[in-house]
Amino acid sequence: MTRPAPSPPGRRTALLHWIAVHALGVAAALFFTLPFLFVVLTSLMSDQQALTRDLVPDTWQWDNYRTVWDTPGFLTWWRNTLLYAGLGTVLTVVSSLPVAYALAKFRFRGRNLSVMLVISMMMLPPQVVVIPMYLFWAKQLDLSGTLWPLIVPMAFGDAFSIFLLRQFLLTIPDEYLDAARVDGCGELRTLLRVVLPMARPGIAAVALFQFFYAWNDYFGPQIYTSENPAAWTLSYGLESFKGAHHTDWNLTMAATVLVMAPVILVFFFAQKAFVEGVTLTGTKG
Amino acid sequence: MPTHTLRAKHRTSTLRTLAFLSPWLVGFGVFFAYPLVSTLYFSLMRYDGFGVPEFRGAGNWTYVFQDYPMFWPALRNTLWLVLVMVTCRVVFGLGIGLLVTRIKTATGVFRTLFYLPYLAPPVAATLAFVFLLNPGTGPVNSALEGLGLPAPGWFTDAAWSKPALTALALWGVGDLMVIFMAALLDVPKEQYEAAALDGASPWQRFRFVTLPAISPIILFAVVTGVIQTMQYYTQPLVAGKVASGVIGGSGQQFEPGYPDKSTLTLPQLVHNLGFQRFDYGAACVVALVLFALSMAFTALLMRSRGGLIQAGDR
Repeated sequence: MTRPAPSPPGRRTALLHWIAVHALGVAAALFFTLPFLFVVLTSLMSDQQALTRDLVPDTWQWDNYRTVWDTPGFLTWWRNTLLYAGLGTVLTVVSSLPVAYALAKFRFRGRNLSVMLVISMMMLPPQVVVIPMYLFWAKQLDLSGTLWPLIVPMAFGDAFSIFLLRQFLLTIPDEYLDAARVDGCGELRTLLRVVLPMARPGIAAVALFQFFYAWNDYFGPQIYTSENPAAWTLSYGLESFKGAHHTDWNLTMAATVLVMAPVILVFFFAQKAFVEGVTLTGTKG
Repeated sequence: MPTHTLRAKHRTSTLRTLAFLSPWLVGFGVFFAYPLVSTLYFSLMRYDGFGVPEFRGAGNWTYVFQDYPMFWPALRNTLWLVLVMVTCRVVFGLGIGLLVTRIKTATGVFRTLFYLPYLAPPVAATLAFVFLLNPGTGPVNSALEGLGLPAPGWFTDAAWSKPALTALALWGVGDLMVIFMAALLDVPKEQYEAAALDGASPWQRFRFVTLPAISPIILFAVVTGVIQTMQYYTQPLVAGKVASGVIGGSGQQFEPGYPDKSTLTLPQLVHNLGFQRFDYGAACVVALVLFALSMAFTALLMRSRGGLIQAGDR
C-alpha cells in the first residue's frame, strides 16, 4: 500500500483558501443575479401563473413583450426618455466642459470658493429648491406638462459633471497647454484642440453618468409632467403601468425588463470605451 | 512692460475666465441662489399657488414641527436609515470589495455581475423587489418557508419595510464595491508581507494594515451615504405605492409612507406638502430642514477633502 504523497501544508491551505473564496464569490453572484433571473422568468409567464409560487413558466409567453410594447403610450415614453437623456447629456457636456477647464487650469481669485460652491450644489437634494423652481417653470413660463424644465437647466452646467471633469482635467499636465499657448492658440482653441482629445475618457464617464441619471430620474418627471402622460418618461410611466395592470405581474415584469435592458446594454458597450480610454491615458503618461 | 498693458492683460484674463465660467454662473444664480432665497421667503408665507402670498411669520414652522403628522416619523425613519442602512451598505460594500480582490478566476465576470444591480433604474429595481418580497407569492418567502423560517410581510409590514429597503440598497452596492476595490488595491503589498513575517494572523493584517490604510475611504463612504439618505426618495415612495396596491399613475391621491408612515423620508414631505396639499409655505420649511442637514454633512465631507478627491478620480 502506498500512501498518497502528503501535500505541503502551505499548498493545502492555499487550495482551501481558493475554494472558500470562490464559494463565497458564487454565493454573492447568486445574490446579485437571481433577482434579474426571477424577473425575466416571471415576465414570460401567463398572468395566472405569475400569481403562483412557480419559478419556471409552463408556457413561455414571449408575446408579453409585444403586449407591453403595444401599450398605448409606451413608445412615447421611450421617445421622451431618449430626448431627456440624449439631449440632456449633450447639453451637460457642452456647458460643463469649459467651466471645468477654467476651474482646473485658470488662476483667478475665488477659484477655491467656486469649487466649494460646485460641491455644495452637487450635494443639494433637488427637493430643496423645487417649490420656487416649479413656480418659475409652471406659473411664469407655462412649461409644466413638458420635459423642458428638466432639459433646459442642463445647458447651464451640471455640478456633478463639472466636479468630475475638473478632477479629470487636473491630471492633464500643464506642459501640454503651455505648448499649445506658445504655438499661439487662444484658450478656446487649446481647450478644443489639446484638452478635448485628452479628456475623452473623462467626458465619456460624465456622459454616461448623466445619461443614466436622466434615464433613472423619477422625481423630475413626477413634478413637471405628471399631469400630461404624453410627456412621461419610462421611469415615471413604468410605475403607472403597474397601477393600470395591478394584477398582471407578468406584464409589469416584462415592462421592468424593457426599462432595465437599455441601461445594461449601454454599460456593456461603454465599459469597453472606458477601458480603452484608461489605457490611452496610461500610455500618454 | 508698462503698467497699463499689464492691467489690460489682467482685464482680458478676467473676462476670459468669466466667459468660460458663464454657463455655470447663470446656472448658479437661476437654479441655486435665487430659488434658495425664494424658498426662505416662501417659508414665511401662506401660499397655495393662486392669488398673492400672504405673510404668515413662523406659522409654517410651528405647523411643520407641531401639527404636521408626517414630520417626526420621517425624521425618525431617516435616523434609522442612517444608522442601519448606511452601516450595512458600507460593511457589505467593503466585504464584497475584499472578496472581489481575492477572486483570481474569472475576475472580470464576477466584478461585472456584482456591479450590474447598481445600474438598475430605481423604479424598475423597486418594482422587482416588491415582487420578489411579496409575502404571499414571492420566491423569497417561498424559500424561507421551505427552510422552516418565519416569512415576514416585508413591504406590507411597518416593522419590515425598512429592512426590505435595506435589502434593495445592499443589492445595489456596486458603487461602494468599486471605491473599496480601488482603495484595497492601493494598499502597498510590502506592508502585508512585513506583517506576515511578523507572524500576524489574517485578522490582524486586516485590522492593523488594511483598515488604517483605507479609513479615509470608509469615512468618504459613510458621509456620502448619509447625504444620499437625505435624498432618499424614489425607492421608498414607489415601494409604498406599489405595495399598497394604489391604482392609477398620477398618484395625487396616494398618502406616502405605506405601511403606517414607515417609509416616509424628508424629500417625500416636500412633495406631499407642496404638490398634494398645495401648502407651499410648509413645504419650504421642510426643504430648509433638508438643506441644513445636507449642508452640514457636506461641510463634514469637505473637511476630509482628500477622500472626496480620490473617490472623484476613480
